[in-house]
Amino acid sequence: MTSIKGSRRRGIALHLPLILGTIISAFPFYWAVIMSTHSSTEIFSYPPKLLPGTHFLENVRHLFDAVDFFGSMWNSLLVAVSVTFLVLLFDSLAAFVFAKFEFPGKNVLFGLLMVIFMVPAQLSVIPQFVIMAKIGWIGSMTALIVPAAANAFGIFWMRQYMKSAIHDELLDASKLDGANFLRQYWHVALPVVRPGLAFLGIFTFMGQWNDFAWPLIALTNPDNVTLQVALSQLNGTHGTTDYGIVMTGALLALIPLLIVFAVGAKQIIGDLAKGAVRG
Amino acid sequence: MAVLEQTPPAVVQPSTTKPISGFRKYWHLYAAISPFYLIFLAFGLFPVGFSLYLSFHRWDGLGSMEWAGLSQYQYLLSDSDFWNSIGNTIIIWALATFPMIFLAMVTAVMLNSAVRFKGLYRVAYFLPNVTSVVAIAIVFGSIFSTNNGVVNAVLHGFGIDQVAWLNTPWGIKVTIAALMTWQWTGYNAIIFLAGLQTIPSDLYEAARMDGAGPIQTFFRITLPLLRPTLLFVLVVSTVTGLQSFSEPQVLLQTSSNDSTFAGGPGHSGQTMVLYFFQQTFDNNDFGYGAAVAWGIFLVVVLFSIINWRLVQRRGD
Repeated sequence: MTSIKGSRRRGIALHLPLILGTIISAFPFYWAVIMSTHSSTEIFSYPPKLLPGTHFLENVRHLFDAVDFFGSMWNSLLVAVSVTFLVLLFDSLAAFVFAKFEFPGKNVLFGLLMVIFMVPAQLSVIPQFVIMAKIGWIGSMTALIVPAAANAFGIFWMRQYMKSAIHDELLDASKLDGANFLRQYWHVALPVVRPGLAFLGIFTFMGQWNDFAWPLIALTNPDNVTLQVALSQLNGTHGTTDYGIVMTGALLALIPLLIVFAVGAKQIIGDLAKGAVRG
Repeated sequence: MAVLEQTPPAVVQPSTTKPISGFRKYWHLYAAISPFYLIFLAFGLFPVGFSLYLSFHRWDGLGSMEWAGLSQYQYLLSDSDFWNSIGNTIIIWALATFPMIFLAMVTAVMLNSAVRFKGLYRVAYFLPNVTSVVAIAIVFGSIFSTNNGVVNAVLHGFGIDQVAWLNTPWGIKVTIAALMTWQWTGYNAIIFLAGLQTIPSDLYEAARMDGAGPIQTFFRITLPLLRPTLLFVLVVSTVTGLQSFSEPQVLLQTSSNDSTFAGGPGHSGQTMVLYFFQQTFDNNDFGYGAAVAWGIFLVVVLFSIINWRLVQRRGD
């Protein structure tokens, strides 16, 4: 660094910490790869391994012996896909109504929605558990899907989006053509707000895929759980004894998320920031 | 609005419509918003009311309920384990939030000035946030493991003795906080970056003309104009951070011997929500669990108000 131009030196001074940050962000993923490719004896040797090993397939086989990996992954997919579909439908319908129509009681109902937004989950956990036990949903995926099928955040967020994205002239024109409410929703509103739906869909899918506390309580049959609960069982039973297997499970559980993120990264990062600055 | 003027010709009504005809006119709108409110009634409003009712009773979830008056709340106030969990939660929250906000803001300022690879950095920094807490807590448990974790190996390289991260009161808190900081710094940096981009660049021009240095510019222009974003980040971090559950549960379930919700040796990683789960689902004490839930709610509300006030006042 003897005679570089000032701007270039400044560029290096900026990029060095940014690159360091990137390494820290990525390191745990790398570490999971290292662990899942070594046998437990290699993991417990000193100094720690820093390069990938050769025992990945062996760890995968042990993982599949230890837990019903595909069964729980199927459960997670079932829950995440069903909830995402229902949330997109119900939230966008309600958001369309709140964004573009006037009716008696609208303000009260919307105010209520904002209050609900702020009530913490623990307050309803016990009664929810009791209700689910009474109607026999405890232990089944229904207990996860139904309460999550519509949410205040999504309605609020979609309403903001629809207010500016759907032009009143479009709605008026469709009305003149004789379109009823459902046709307006389906043919006018939805096509315009597709990017917003993509954001809400990705966001909902990832939230459901990662959900842990409620599934841990509601899924009382240890053989029929979601992936996150299965992972925590694996961690609990094997504990510190077999990091290789646990880490292989953690890594495989991340793959669907990483795919969803890779597809929607631009969308989700851009829209998240927009919402925060506006709100 | 003009849409609604076009009512079906069959309904010939004066403009002052009565409630019943109003409902007939708008029923499709009510129907469209009804799924959310039905779900909310069954799994939101009723449960919240029921949990208030429960907190004045003794109930193990099976037998009959017994009226307990205010005794659950009286016990809560004198329950040293509950106070311990409040202390743990706030310490972990502080250990995670202040470094996180500082790092996120620095990162955002750097990203705002570095033009090249901005998109790439944004994706890289956002990545930790999309990963499942369970999976990543397992990974952190290994990174911070006493005998073969990489953190202790690095410390060893600098000649520092092993730290029993997951077995000592402070080690546990630092590990949980490190996990939260790792997961949320990039997310908040992107929010700060969006806030920075709303600040008009001619303000910076003017400051440069007046001979302000970068530090002066940051404290006189950037920080004051970023306050709404800072407030948003702080409130969201408070509400989510004070309700942390998965991080300590997964990290410490194997080192806790009495309950998977105990929060490690000496309960030193037991957060409020972990304590709630322990009382409710390990001890089957549904009445007391409900009282604990209301106690947590109160702490979160109070703490959010305090934070809000602090940030607001700093500007005056």
